[in-house]
Amino acid sequence: MNHLLVAPVALPLIAGALLLILWRAPLRLQRVLSLLACLGLLGLAVALLHSASHQGIQVYLIGDWPAPYGISLVLDQLAALMLALTALLALFALAYAMTGGDRAGRHFHALFQFQLLGLNAAFLTGDLFNLFVAFEILLIASYGLLLHGGGAERTRAALHYVALNLVGSLLFLIGLGTLYAATGSLNMADLATRIAALPAADATLARVAAMLLLAVFGLKAAVIPLHFWLPGTYAAASAAVAALFAIMTKVGIYAIIRLTTLVYGLGETPMLEWTSPWLLVAGLATIAIGTLGAMASDELRELIAYLVVVSVGTLVAGIALATPAGLSASLYYLLHTTLVTGGLFLLAERIASAREGSTRLSEGKRPPPSHQLGWVFFLGAIAVAGMPPLSGLIGKVLLLMAAHDQSALIPLWTMVLVSSLLLTLTLTRAGILLFWRGPEASPAKPRPLPWLVATGLLGMSPLLVILGGPIVDWTDATAAQTLDARTYVTAVEQSAPLVPRPAGEH
Amino acid sequence: MEALIALCIGLLVGGGVYLLLRSRSFSVVLGLTLLSYATNLLLFASGGLQTNQAPLIHEGGPFADPLPQALVLTAIVIGFAMTAFMLVLALRALNDLGSDRVDARQGGEEQ
Repeated sequence: MNHLLVAPVALPLIAGALLLILWRAPLRLQRVLSLLACLGLLGLAVALLHSASHQGIQVYLIGDWPAPYGISLVLDQLAALMLALTALLALFALAYAMTGGDRAGRHFHALFQFQLLGLNAAFLTGDLFNLFVAFEILLIASYGLLLHGGGAERTRAALHYVALNLVGSLLFLIGLGTLYAATGSLNMADLATRIAALPAADATLARVAAMLLLAVFGLKAAVIPLHFWLPGTYAAASAAVAALFAIMTKVGIYAIIRLTTLVYGLGETPMLEWTSPWLLVAGLATIAIGTLGAMASDELRELIAYLVVVSVGTLVAGIALATPAGLSASLYYLLHTTLVTGGLFLLAERIASAREGSTRLSEGKRPPPSHQLGWVFFLGAIAVAGMPPLSGLIGKVLLLMAAHDQSALIPLWTMVLVSSLLLTLTLTRAGILLFWRGPEASPAKPRPLPWLVATGLLGMSPLLVILGGPIVDWTDATAAQTLDARTYVTAVEQSAPLVPRPAGEH
Repeated sequence: MEALIALCIGLLVGGGVYLLLRSRSFSVVLGLTLLSYATNLLLFASGGLQTNQAPLIHEGGPFADPLPQALVLTAIVIGFAMTAFMLVLALRALNDLGSDRVDARQGGEEQ
C-alpha cells in the first residue's frame, strides 16, 4: 500500500486543526503555516499524479480492513487529476487571500484547509457514504468561507446556499438509503458488480436511486434547472473564496462521472448510455441559460458566475457523448475552465479596486489608461469565450471533434458555437463599459502582488496551450481508464490487507 | 410495521416540504429538521426492519443489519451540526437584514 494516498486528506486535516488551535497566533504565522500546507499539498498532488500514471489504480485500505467493509481510498488518473487541479487553484486563491482578504474575519486559514480536506476526500474516497461525508465537510467549510468578512448581501446569499445544500444533502442520503436497500453495499466498486447482477425488480429501485443521486450531483454542479443558487452565491463571496469555489461545481461533475461510469458502469447498458440523451439536453440547456444570464448581467462578478454555469453545461454535454473522446475533451475543458474562471474572479476584484469600488457595468469610473488591467481582462475574456489562441478554443474544438460522428453533432455544434459568439460579444461589451466609459478614476497606489497572482492564474491558460499535446494525451488515457469500470473494480477487489487476519475471525 | 414507518416518513416529508417552502427562515429551519428526521428514518429502514434483534452479526440466529445504524448515526450527527449552523445563520440574517423573510433585502420588512 502506498501511504502517500492518505496524505492529501491527512495534511489539510492536521494543518487545519493546528490553525484552529493557533487562532490567536499572529496572522503572519497562520499565513506561513497555511501556505506551507498548500505547497506541500501541491507537491503531494504532483507525486500522486506521477504514480497514478505509472502504476495504475491504487487502493488504500484505511485501518487495513478489506475493501467492501472498511473505508477505502482509491487513486486513479481521474482522482489524481482533480487533486492536482485543486492544489494548484488553492495555492493561487490562498496567495491572493494573503494579500489582505484573510484579515476580514477569523479562522479564514483553518476553514480554507478544511475546505481542501473535504475536496481531496471527495476525490479519493472509494465509497458513496464517505463521498457524502466529504461533501458535508467541504460544504460546511464553504459556508464559513462564504460568510467570511460578513455583510448583509453575503448573509442573504449564504442563507439560500445553505438551505439548498441541506436539502441536497438530505436527497443524497435518501438516494444512498434506496441504493443500500436494493444492493446491501455502498462501496463503489462493490456496488458496480452488485448492480450489474441485480434481478429486474430490484434493478428498478437501483435506477430510482441513480436518478436521485444524479439530481443531487446536478445540484452541486449547478446543472439546469438546479443552477439558480450559483450566480448569487459566487457573486457575493470574496474574490479568493469565489476563485476556490470554481472547483466546487466540478466536484459535482466528478461525482456525475463516477456515478455514470463506475457505480452503474458494469451492467448490460451502462448508466452513461441510458442517461446520455437527458444529460445532453441538460448540458445544452445549461449552456443556453448560462449564456443568457451572462448577457443580462449588470455586474462583472455575476457575469463570471454565469460563465461558470456555461462551463458546467459544456462539461455535462461532453460527458453525455459517452465516448472516450468526449470525456477526454471534457477533462481538458475542466482544467481550462476551473483555472480561468478562478482567475477571472480574482481579476474582478482588482478591477473593482482600480475603478474605486464597483464592478457594476452600467456605472462607475474607468481605471487610468496606463493601467494594464485591460490587457489582462482581454486575455481572460478570450480564454473563457473560446477564442484563439488560448485554451478555451482547444477545449471547445476537442469537444466539437468528439461529437463529429454522433447524432449530437448538430445541436452540440450549434449551441457551443452560438454561445461562444454571444459570450464574446458580452465580454466585449463588459470590457468597453469597464475600461472606456465614465470619468477617470484617480490612480490607486500600486499593489503589485494581488494583481500578479490574478495574472498568474489566468496565465495558466497559455500554459495549457503550450503543454496541450502531453495534457491531451494524458486526458485521453484518463478517459479510457475512467470508462473501463472493470479495471477499477478488479483493483479494489484485489486489494488485500497488509496484515492477514487469523482464521475464524471476521 | 412497514406501513407504519412508511406513513411516518411520508408525514414528516410532507410537513417538511410544506415548511421548507414558506418564506420565513425559521419555518425553513423547522422544515429542514423534519425532512432530516424523515431521511434518518428512511436510512434506518433501508437495511430491512426487524424487531427485537441486536445489530450484531453472530453465527446462526437472526440479526438486524448493523450498517444502516452506523450510517444513520453519522447522518444524525452531521444533520444536527448543519441545523445548528442554519439556525445561527438565520439569526444572523435577522440581525443583518432586519427581517426573517428568506428573500429580505437590507432595511427590513417593508421592502
